[in-house]
Amino acid sequence: MSYAINRVTVPVSVDEEKCIADKGCTVCVDVCPLDVLAIDLAKGTAYMKFDECWYCMPCEKDCPTGAVNVDIPYLLR
Amino acid sequence: MNTIEMEVDVLVIGGGTAGPMAAVKAKEKNPDLRVLVLEKANVKRSGAISMGMDGLNNAVIPGHATPEQYVKEITVANDGIVNQKTVLAYAQNSFDMIQELDKWGVKFEKDETGDYAVKKVHHIGTYVLPMPEGHNMKKVLYRQLKKRRVEVTNRLVATRLLLDSNGAIAGAMAVDCRTADFYIIRTKTVILATGAAGRLGLPTSGYLFGTYENPTNAGDGYSLAYHAGAELSGIECFQINPLIKDYNGPSCAYVTGPFGGYTANAKGDRFIECDYWSGQMMMEFYRELEGGNGPVFLKMNHLAEETIAQIEEILHSNERPSRGRFHAGRGLNYRDGMVEMHISEIGLCSGHSASGVWVNEKAETTVPGLYAAGDLACVPHNYMLGAFVYGKFAGESAAEYCATHTLPPVDAGQVERERARVWGPLNVTDGLPPSQVEYKLRRMVNDYLQPPKITRKMEIGLQRFAEVGEDLGRLSASNPHELMRAMEVHFIRDCAEMAATASLYRKESRWGLYHYRADFPEKNDEDWFVHVQLKKDDQGEMTCFTRPVDPYVIPLDEEEKTAYQKLRIVKESAIA
Ligand SMILES: Cc1cc2nc3c(=O)[nH]c(=O)nc-3n(C[C@H](O)[C@H](O)[C@H](O)COP(=O)(O)OP(=O)(O)OC[C@H]3O[C@@H](n4cnc5c(N)ncnc54)[C@H](O)[C@@H]3O)c2cc1C
Ligand code: SF4
Ligand code: SF4
Repeated sequence: MSYAINRVTVPVSVDEEKCIADKGCTVCVDVCPLDVLAIDLAKGTAYMKFDECWYCMPCEKDCPTGAVNVDIPYLLR
Repeated sequence: MNTIEMEVDVLVIGGGTAGPMAAVKAKEKNPDLRVLVLEKANVKRSGAISMGMDGLNNAVIPGHATPEQYVKEITVANDGIVNQKTVLAYAQNSFDMIQELDKWGVKFEKDETGDYAVKKVHHIGTYVLPMPEGHNMKKVLYRQLKKRRVEVTNRLVATRLLLDSNGAIAGAMAVDCRTADFYIIRTKTVILATGAAGRLGLPTSGYLFGTYENPTNAGDGYSLAYHAGAELSGIECFQINPLIKDYNGPSCAYVTGPFGGYTANAKGDRFIECDYWSGQMMMEFYRELEGGNGPVFLKMNHLAEETIAQIEEILHSNERPSRGRFHAGRGLNYRDGMVEMHISEIGLCSGHSASGVWVNEKAETTVPGLYAAGDLACVPHNYMLGAFVYGKFAGESAAEYCATHTLPPVDAGQVERERARVWGPLNVTDGLPPSQVEYKLRRMVNDYLQPPKITRKMEIGLQRFAEVGEDLGRLSASNPHELMRAMEVHFIRDCAEMAATASLYRKESRWGLYHYRADFPEKNDEDWFVHVQLKKDDQGEMTCFTRPVDPYVIPLDEEEKTAYQKLRIVKESAIA
């Protein structure tokens, strides 16, 4: 079987200037009920890894630096 | 990938709403018990109440309502098919639970005199208690878990229960969604609190995770209970909710109703007497949606500025706070437009309707050592407070069971089979991605199970679900996260098969839209005033049978029985 990679926009964005994952923060990754956020170790910032979001907002609410922004997924907008 | 073994007395699966309460109450009953909450997400922010709640939908508060009144209301709202003892047990414990939560720090709305400010939303009685500052629910529960020294493991997905040679609980198995480590947990008791089957139907947006329910809840507990041989009940009584179109969250009539907002048709006219969610209400909603006066809207634009500002403050900061962003994106302001509404995808949830694992008034299932509480336990219209109350019952019952039972041995065969099933998708390199299989499965659920239910369509549906069953062995996972999604596809497929099987079995229509069968359009009390039960029989086949409805402990007169049949406003006129 062969696979294709489909590009999709994701609803959650992280402000790389504000994110302090390089200092060890993982709050947004920890609280997400769907486990769809991750830390990009090379960049030292959080990002949305899977497009499986309930737009519920604990990630944004609990981020200590206000780096996370939750938008409504494009299909619903 | 490792295999990790653990041993406890009480294993709570699901740390959302009912789960933490169950764990705390088991510990309160006996602090020496080893109590573990096993959670798929993280207990700090998991479950339906992750961001708080808009209010209690079923508060039975002295001076405003009595347990007897409440039992009557739910009996008629659920078209007569209730085990009243379970509803009564909830109602009698409702107020104590509110007071306990209040003491723990949950904020409920009170009037100037300090009395709870209960509002009328139901057809007959008064039970809705707003929580405009209800964001802190999870914090409050977490504090109690710490205080009682309950053990917690996050990011573990329970996949199957273990049984001893007598069919009683011996343990559970789980997989870590970050490492794929396999867990064998020996235990005397299991409390299932995994919430609704929220990822059954596909939302109209087509977005797999744009469900009404928290999509973490894929129906895991329904499947776990089924494979353990437990009886399930009322599976054909689907959950279908009136929601904001596309956003798929509550809009929410319970919040706005007491302020003067209401459900209206395209002309801005009311068409239902009462906004309380029931199958009968959903039927009227569906008719209006599909009729010439459709679609349906939530109307608030006739309200005063201060009132609208107050509603906005609640709806945009609590429960589903992204509501505000959705409206902003569409340029909708409550002041000048109405909110377009639609019906949700189908789901299984006793928190809202009545589909769940059969329990008695002590939260005991039909499997020894297995308890259930919350959305997946069959206590009709139980909502959040019902999850707390049945969580308490389950915790206390499990603690009692532990006192008289020893830890059963674990059967190596069951463990081997499950480990092979769970790790299977990691070894399939040339297979099907879980998301593709899930999309197809849930699209079929919409095509064949969404009411109006039609016999031949549901039979075809069953055939399609069986074909997807054949595909399960070809699921492939490229990482532990995908492995979790692959296991969820198994759960969803089980729920789809149960939904079709139970719906085909009940050959009548009942609960308004929830079980509207186009080829059996009438309610038939003579043959079908019974519970429909579903379980896995000794041959491993899915089977249905009936259970009589126990004689009512709170009798109803004829007038009361028909209250929910008269929800449509006969002469339509705009009443502001
Ligand atoms: C959007 C929305 C609004 C609502 N509004 C109201 C309201 O205003 N008033 C009201 O009274 N009720 C309301 N309800 C209903 C109420 O929230 C629920 O009835 C109640 O919270 C259900 O509790 P629960 O414990 O059964 O499920 P949940 O709180 O959802 O908990 C289930 C837990 O199980 C975990 N889990 C699932 N599968 C597994 C697995 N395989 N292994 C381990 N863990 C697992 C999940 O991560 C989750 O933490 C609302 C529900 C929703 C979805
Ligand atoms: S909005 Fe919810 S589901 Fe989406 S990334 Fe944030 S916490 Fe996760
Ligand atoms: S919570 Fe905020 S600061 Fe912490 S990792 Fe996430 S985005 Fe970065």
